[in-house]
Amino acid sequence: MSNSLKLIIESLLFAASEPLAPRQIHALLPGNDLKEIKDVLQELKNEYEGMKRSFTIKEVAKGYQFRTLPRYRPYISRMLSTTPTRLSRAALETLAIIAYKQPAIRQEVERLRGVDVGGILRVLLKKGLIRIVGRKRLPGRPIIYGTTGRFLEFFDLKDLSSLPTLKEIEELGVGEEEP
Amino acid sequence: MTFETRLEVFEGPLDLLLHLIKINEIDISDIPVATITEQYLEYLDLLRALDINVAGDFLVMASTLMHIKSKMLLPKQEGDVEEIEDPRMEIVRPLMEYMQLREAAHELATRDILYRDVFKRGSETDGKRGVEEDINTAEVSLYELMDAFKKVMKRRYPGIVLRFRAETWSVKKKMVEIMKGLKGKEHFYFRDLFSGNTSISEMIATFLALLDLMKNGAIIVFQDKVGGDIKLKTLKAEA
Repeated sequence: MSNSLKLIIESLLFAASEPLAPRQIHALLPGNDLKEIKDVLQELKNEYEGMKRSFTIKEVAKGYQFRTLPRYRPYISRMLSTTPTRLSRAALETLAIIAYKQPAIRQEVERLRGVDVGGILRVLLKKGLIRIVGRKRLPGRPIIYGTTGRFLEFFDLKDLSSLPTLKEIEELGVGEEEP
Repeated sequence: MTFETRLEVFEGPLDLLLHLIKINEIDISDIPVATITEQYLEYLDLLRALDINVAGDFLVMASTLMHIKSKMLLPKQEGDVEEIEDPRMEIVRPLMEYMQLREAAHELATRDILYRDVFKRGSETDGKRGVEEDINTAEVSLYELMDAFKKVMKRRYPGIVLRFRAETWSVKKKMVEIMKGLKGKEHFYFRDLFSGNTSISEMIATFLALLDLMKNGAIIVFQDKVGGDIKLKTLKAEA
């Protein structure tokens, strides 16, 4: 019984190109309850990890997805003939500020980075890594930005709460002010 | 003014301050404001000499630094509760916040990134949709590059003050020259860029051409190790 459910879910994950959330699977298999589906997904994930194959099931962007392991990157890159993904430091910093401070307005990002970020915001929007979530009730009604599901997928994050916590200043090797 | 290129400074005043703190090996909680202010203003002059459009925020920071410097000179008044805080905290706080986020950005960059480190199924069709194209790259920061340029200039023209406009050399032509020089080569040393240059204005044009090429993503500037020799290579040679 549960074995066949496992294989059905495995086939769905195999055929999907986007991460599948337990809820999406539940919508396809209404006969099984959500809790059971979640358990099976976890079980599948553990099984693949235990099999020591070149790919595994990862929890990204609130769903589950088959992904290759990092060590096979040179071979796959060769096959795809793409240049490795590069984000400039400016783009990464802007993205990090939005990710950690969201919902964030442009002024907030510019206060921290000290430079105009209009161009970078446009690029990040175009790439689908950030999105407009609304407008702030402030003079000029500034646009509020947040990160997208694609951001989570791109950076191998399960959800926003799995972003690494900001390091304490002491850990950055900076002396604190005297008491 | 003959430059058609308008380079935006892609790093801000906090970047510059952190760079100065790093090269002077200063403790961030005990910044020698006078020294740092002086060096900061030197950089602003260099940026202006290069005809790089200095954003207003750089000037705001300059005035903040000078304001702190003057406050530090005032005798401390005992019992004045409002003034007990170290005036330097005005820049230390944003610097720390910025360092924290820079570290966070660094951590993001080292994760298993999709289409760079890990791949999902069916990647051959949408792999090219990744975030790889058209974003400029700078593994060597602008300020490190400026330091390297300052060094080359100093060696060639000791005691020079960079306050002038380059007029005779076209940045476009220099860009073409650099690309030609890189053709068929694995990489090129930064200092060798200037070996054939005969005047200050030519050196400046070469440097601006380099910045422009970096901005367009045509070349990558890199080091083998932090603080190592700065080299450049074309982006295409990567694959």
